[in-house]
Amino acid sequence: MYVAVKGGETAIKNAHKLLDKTRRGDLQIPELSVPQVSEQLPLAVARVMTEGSIYDPELAALAIKQSAGDLVEAIFLLRAYRTTLSRFYSSEPIDTTKMQVERRISATFKDLPGGQLLGSTFDYTHRLLDFTLLADGRTPAELEKISSSEEQDEEHMPRVLQMLEREKLMVEEADDLTTPADITQEAPSYPCNRSARLQALVRGDEGFLLALGYSTQRGYGRNHPFAGEIRTGEVDVSITPDELGFSVDIGAIQVTECEMINGFSKLEDNDIKFTRGYGLAFGQNERKTLSMALIDRALQAEKYDEDRVSPAQQEEFILSHCDNVEAAGFVSHLKLPHYVDFQSELELLRRLRKEQAEQQNTSGEQA
Amino acid sequence: MAKSSAETLIALSDKYVNSHPFETIRAAEVGLTQVRGRMGGTGSQFNVGDMTITRCVVRSPEGHYGHSYIMGRNKDHATRAATLDAMLQDQIHQSLLMEKIIQPLAQDLAIKKVQKADTVAQTKVNFFTLVRGED
Repeated sequence: MYVAVKGGETAIKNAHKLLDKTRRGDLQIPELSVPQVSEQLPLAVARVMTEGSIYDPELAALAIKQSAGDLVEAIFLLRAYRTTLSRFYSSEPIDTTKMQVERRISATFKDLPGGQLLGSTFDYTHRLLDFTLLADGRTPAELEKISSSEEQDEEHMPRVLQMLEREKLMVEEADDLTTPADITQEAPSYPCNRSARLQALVRGDEGFLLALGYSTQRGYGRNHPFAGEIRTGEVDVSITPDELGFSVDIGAIQVTECEMINGFSKLEDNDIKFTRGYGLAFGQNERKTLSMALIDRALQAEKYDEDRVSPAQQEEFILSHCDNVEAAGFVSHLKLPHYVDFQSELELLRRLRKEQAEQQNTSGEQA
Repeated sequence: MAKSSAETLIALSDKYVNSHPFETIRAAEVGLTQVRGRMGGTGSQFNVGDMTITRCVVRSPEGHYGHSYIMGRNKDHATRAATLDAMLQDQIHQSLLMEKIIQPLAQDLAIKKVQKADTVAQTKVNFFTLVRGED
C-alpha cells in the first residue's frame, strides 16, 4: 500500500519543465508539428487510436508528440481525454463489405473475385535500412510515380469467408440481434460473451496479444489458422439521431479487418466445418488484427468442446490483463511511496532474524 | 458536407451564408460516438471504440431547423453544415446551394475516390504458384 506524501512541489515542477525540455530536444532541430506526426507516422497514430479507443488522428498525433513517442503513454493520454467527453450516439454497425479498399489480400485463395490488392505494405520489402530517408527522402516527383500498367475496373469484392459459408464449409456468422456488451459502462464478468471479448481485445495491448497469438501457433492452443482475408480501407460511419429519425453519415474512418480461417471442427449438430476468428482495428493495423483474430478463435474453446489448457484460451486471464493502461498503471504504481509498508516489512524481517539468532544461541548453550 | 474538408466547405459557402441571421438552438458541441462493428463483418454487433463527433442545431429566420453531425472536433465545420442544412430546406435557396456547394463537393469527393482507387489498383497482384523442386 502506498501513502500520501507532502512536499516536493518545486522539484516536481522542475521535473516537468525538464520533461518539456527533453521532449523538445536540440533547439537547432526544427520542432515536430502535430500534422507531421499524423501524416508521417500514420501507423503509430493507428495504434494509439485503437488502444486509446478514440478515432481522431489529430488527438492521437498530439498524444504521441506530448508523450515523446511513448505509445503506451499516448494511449493513456487519449483514454484520459476520452473521459471528458460525453457519448452522444452509438453508430450503425460499419459495413466492411462496402469498404473502399486500400489493401486486400488472402492467403487462402490465389485468385479471388475482385483480386488481391497489396496497397501500401511492408511486406516484400527487404528490411534494409533506406539511407535515402536519412538524406533528403524522396522528391515529390518520385512519390508521384506509381507505374500505371493499365486502367483497372473496380471490381466487386465479396468476402472470402462468405464464399465458404455458401458452400457450407464455414461456421456461419449470423446476427443474433442482441445489443452488444459495453465494457466501458459495465466491467465484464467471466465467462463473458463474445461482444465484450472483442471490445476488450480491440483495446488490448498489441504486444500482449501478439505474443499470445504467437503462442497458439507454437502449439499452445493450436487452432490451425489461415489468413482468409485481410482488408484495410475506409468505411462510412452513420448514426440515427432521435431528433431526425433517419440515419446520416458523419464521415468515413479507416479500419483494418482480419478474418481468420481456422481448423475444422465437429459441431453440435455433427456437421464438420471450418471455424473462424475475427480482428478489427482503427487505421492500418494488420499485426494487431491478425493477433486479435487468433485469440478470438482460441477463446471460443467452449463452443467447440476444446479443453482450455493453454494461456491463449484463458478468457479471464487475457481480458483482465490485456489493457495496457490498466497494466501500466498498476505496474507503475510501484514507483509511488511505499515507505510505511516497506518499513513494516523491514521491521518484521529484522525481528524474525533476531528471534532466530536468539533461539540458536539458547539451543547452543543447552548442547 | 460531413465528408468534405471544413476549409473547402466554408470557402465555398461563405458568400451565401454570411448575410443570413441564424438563431443558435444548440451551439456546436464535441462528444463521442460509439463505433460498432460486426463479428466476422456480417454477424452480431460489438463495440469497437469511440470516435469524436461535433453536432449543432440552428434555426433560420424562415423557421427551418438545420442539424449537423460531423466526425472530428471542428465546431466551425459543424455550425456551417447546420446553417446550410437549414437553408437547403428552403425552396428559395435550395437549387442555388445545391448547384454551387453540394454538387461541387460531391464531385470533388467522387474524383478523390476514383484517384485513390486507381492508385491502389496499380498494386493488384497476380500470384502464380510454382512447383517446388522437392522430388
